[in-house]
Parts: sequence; C-alpha cells; structure tokens
Amino acid sequence: MSEAGNRVLPPQTPEVFGEAADARDAGADAKLTGMPPEAPRRLVADSGAMAELAASMVPAPPAAWRRFLSQIRHFWLLLLFVVVWQCISVFGVRFNPQLDVMLPPPTAVFSAAMDLIARGVLMTHIVDSLYRVLLAVGTASAIGIPLGLAMGWFPRFRSAVDPLLEFIRPIPPLAWIPLSILWFGIGDTQIVYIIFLAAFFPIVLNSMAGARDADTYLVRAGLSLGARPGELFTTVVLPGALPNIFTGVRVGLGIGWMALVAGELVAAPSGLGYMINNARTLFRSDYILLGMVLIGVLGLVLDFIMRKAALLIMPWHKGQ
Amino acid sequence: MSQVSVTNVSKVHVSIKGEPLLALHDVNFQVEQNEFFSIVGPSGCGKTTLLNLLAGFEQPTRGELRVGGQLITAPGWERAVVFQEYALFPWYTVSQNIRYGLKRKRLPIDEQNRLFDHYIGLVGLRGFESRYPRELSGGMRQRVSIARALAVNPAILLMDEPFASLDVQTREYMQDELLKIWQREPKTVIFVTHSIDEAIKLSDRIAIMAPRPGRVEEIKVVEFPRPRDPTNPAVVRLAAEVKLWMRQQTLAEPALEDLASTGSN
Repeated sequence: MSEAGNRVLPPQTPEVFGEAADARDAGADAKLTGMPPEAPRRLVADSGAMAELAASMVPAPPAAWRRFLSQIRHFWLLLLFVVVWQCISVFGVRFNPQLDVMLPPPTAVFSAAMDLIARGVLMTHIVDSLYRVLLAVGTASAIGIPLGLAMGWFPRFRSAVDPLLEFIRPIPPLAWIPLSILWFGIGDTQIVYIIFLAAFFPIVLNSMAGARDADTYLVRAGLSLGARPGELFTTVVLPGALPNIFTGVRVGLGIGWMALVAGELVAAPSGLGYMINNARTLFRSDYILLGMVLIGVLGLVLDFIMRKAALLIMPWHKGQ
Repeated sequence: MSQVSVTNVSKVHVSIKGEPLLALHDVNFQVEQNEFFSIVGPSGCGKTTLLNLLAGFEQPTRGELRVGGQLITAPGWERAVVFQEYALFPWYTVSQNIRYGLKRKRLPIDEQNRLFDHYIGLVGLRGFESRYPRELSGGMRQRVSIARALAVNPAILLMDEPFASLDVQTREYMQDELLKIWQREPKTVIFVTHSIDEAIKLSDRIAIMAPRPGRVEEIKVVEFPRPRDPTNPAVVRLAAEVKLWMRQQTLAEPALEDLASTGSN
C-alpha cells in the first residue's frame, strides 16, 4: 500500500464548489424560466465579508452597570431569604426572647464574622478546611480517574476490581472515623482520609461510565483512520469521558465537603466543623450560623470554579 | 485480479436472547479498481453488516473478504469509512478532524499541511478550519467526514448511507459533489444506501440485496453516461424495475427450499 505522502497532488487545489457551480445553476434556472441568463446575484462575496456582516448584526455589549444588574438579578431569591430571616429574628424576639440565642439575625452573623476576622481566627479555620478538602479530592482524583478509566476501557479489569469496590462503597465514610483515629490520630491525615473515602467513589464510578460508554462510531472512526490502541484511548476515549470525569469530581467535591464538616465535628484541631462544634459548647449560636453560612458559600464557590474549569478544558462543550 | 473480493461470506449474529440470526448468507462479489460500487436493499438486508465486514469492524462467520489480495482482519486506513451520522470527533475542530488520519500515519508536518490544504479545498470548507463539528450543518459535517477519509489515501472508500440524514436538496447536492470529487480523483468506492435512485445516479454497478437471510440477489450494471438525468426514460425504467423487484422481495418470505438451494456450493 502506498503512503499518502508519496502522491503527487495537482499543483493548485481547485475549488470544486463555489462560483463556477453557482453560475451554472443560475444558467439552468434561466433556461427553465425562459429569462436571459444573468450573472448570479451574490449577497455576500466571500467568507471575510460574511464574517463582517455577521459581526455587524451582533448587538453591542450592554453597559457595565446593566450587566451588573442582570448578574444581581439571579440572586433575588437568596436576598429575599436573608431579609425574611432578618425580620423573623428581629421581630420574633418580642414574642420569644429565646430567639436571640436560637436564631441570631444575619446582621449578628456578620458582626460575628468581623469579630473573628479581627482576632485572626476565621481565616485559619477556612484555610485549614479548604486545604483538607482540596488535598483529599485531589488525591481521590489522581487515583480514581485513572482507575475508573481503566475499569471502563478493560472489561476484564472491571470485573476483577468491581466486587472489591462495591464491597467498600456502601460503608459510610463516617463509619471509618473511629478506626481512622486509631490509625492516624486526630489531625489532618485522619480527616483527609475520611474525605478521600467520600470523594473517591463518585469519581471512580463516573470516570468508569465515561470510558465504558465511549461512542462506538467514534471508536470505529478512529480505528479506520489508523489509530493504535494507545492513540485511540487518548484521542477518542479520554476526551469523550471528560464530561463524566468532571461530573464525578464535582460530585466528589460536594460529598467530600460534607464529609469534611462531619469529620471536623467529631474530631479535629481546627477547621469550620471544629469551629461550629466549639461554638456549641460556648453557646455562641452566631458562630454556629457563621460556620454554616461559610460552608455553603465555599461549596458554591468551589462548584463555580469547577464549572468554569470545565468550560476552559472542554471548549467544544460550551452551551451544552 | 479484482481489487476487492468477497467470497462465500456468511455472518451469524447472536441476538440478546441467544438466538442465532443469519445476517448474511453466502455473499459473493468483486469490485474493480476505481469502480463506484453500490449496495442497495431494504432495511434488515444486511448491507451495513456487509460494510462492517469490509471495514474490519466485524469478522465473517464463514468465507473471506480480501482487498488487494490481503485478507481483511482489522480496521485500518486502507479502508476508510464515512458514516451516516458523520462520526466526527466533537472535541476536534474541522482542521483537527481532517488531520486525524494524517497524524496517525506519522506523515511529516509539511506533508500533513499540504494534504490538509488540498482536501479542505476539495470539499469547499476553507474558512471553517477552526469550527467545531456541532457548529456546522449536516451537509458540511459530512463533507468534513469525506475529506477526513480521503486524506489518508485509502485503497477503498467505504460509505455507509452517508447522505441518509440530510434533507433532499442537500442530499442531491452532496451526491453531485461526491461524483465530482470521484471523477477528479478516481478511487474505489463501496457505497451502501437504501435509495435506488441514489445508487443509479452514482454507481457503475449495483448489488441488490434481499433480507431474511441477507443475501446479494443480483448485480446490475449501470451503463448510462454521467451526469445521469433522473428523468431519462431508460433511467426511469431501470429504477422502476429494481423498485418493483425490491418491493416483492420485502413482502415475500423466502421458502425454506430456496434457502437450502442457495446455501449449497
């Protein structure tokens, strides 16, 4: 079989499509209608002009303050929630004095935050918690993604590993806490281990599904274009599995975040979960609520970053 | 010797319930160098199975398929495939899709550039190099797919109902363009379709298949010069003849004795 490279191509690459074909079609039309053939009217001359025309039809981007307003608009329900909470706390105290402790208003939570920031404690708790979750989910991804892809791509490997995974998976990460304290003591390692267990399974299972459900036609297309097994994996299976992998890591991050707080509530020297538990013993419900709010906000931010990263890595996936 | 030879090929598929199904029964034909060979038949007649065997995606249960004397054992670029649903890589741009096979062949980069430039011009997609497949219309996607397959310079081009998903106007336009490309750069084409009109418009010869079990009933030679006028009485007559015959095939269940007699050789 001769290599494509050895062929001699025509010196110029003539356009089979385009002007000539259009002109001929116009001639045929003229024959049918009995009108004298005339040069075909072309609305747009070439692709450059076409791009210009398209660009001229795109409306100018709105002013900055308008964009800001439309961004804000998405949060109106959240704002309403905060306002209602404030009203209940402030006016509720008149009917039930205990509400002061049971449900401090958002303003009290805000001043609690200011207070803790001023004492330099809050950032330490946030950084400690973030560090643990990112380290654990990072490790879970580093092990889980390759493992899942291999399980999806090699059915025999899958059937060998599956029973073990499915045996460990139903054990809740929190059930591991006592044993992990025995193993690692109270500290970062133990909590990272718990988060790792929580995040690992969604990452493995989603990566596996991504590789297993690789599009048969794309695999065939790759093979019939001469892809070797390794190339087929990197050019067809892996890109096709990326959306699933991202879903896995996002779910893993969410579950890991929950496991973090649970782990820190039980046993930890620092972190947002520790802060909440410590505040309970001090009867500081404003600190408790602050911890809860921060956990929600940080979870939201992490997920937002993940989605932005997904768009950056998979530009073809935009808008899907 | 013929470039493609299909000899006594049978293929049994096993259904989900475990029942064996005779998808192809004793298929024989040859395709010559640079011939445009179509395979037509009603759905379920095994024409796609036949193409999968030629591509090397599946292996025959009996018989053998050869290209240039070589037994077909696996898929490869000598038998590039154009699929009905395009099968373009959604994560690659038009340019990356067309260059895919060239990269796999480890051609020098200058050579890749030259071939890419030639084939993107041939299918008229200059200016769309950096688009993703889903930003293109169906007809444009299929042109990318054709360029991608032709760029690796396959010995034969296999096309599996390539225009079936396109609207009527685009389909006719694409048929004309395919003919132009084929006449400009001759190549052995094996073209699967369920449309008799399409097969008559394009082909040198047409293999007509019948279902249950899938088999080649007849091979018709189309001798009219191209471009073929679908209103030409001779073309109309040929199309009507094949359609009538195929209609009877679809309605009639083959008798068991017929199967036994075609099976022995």
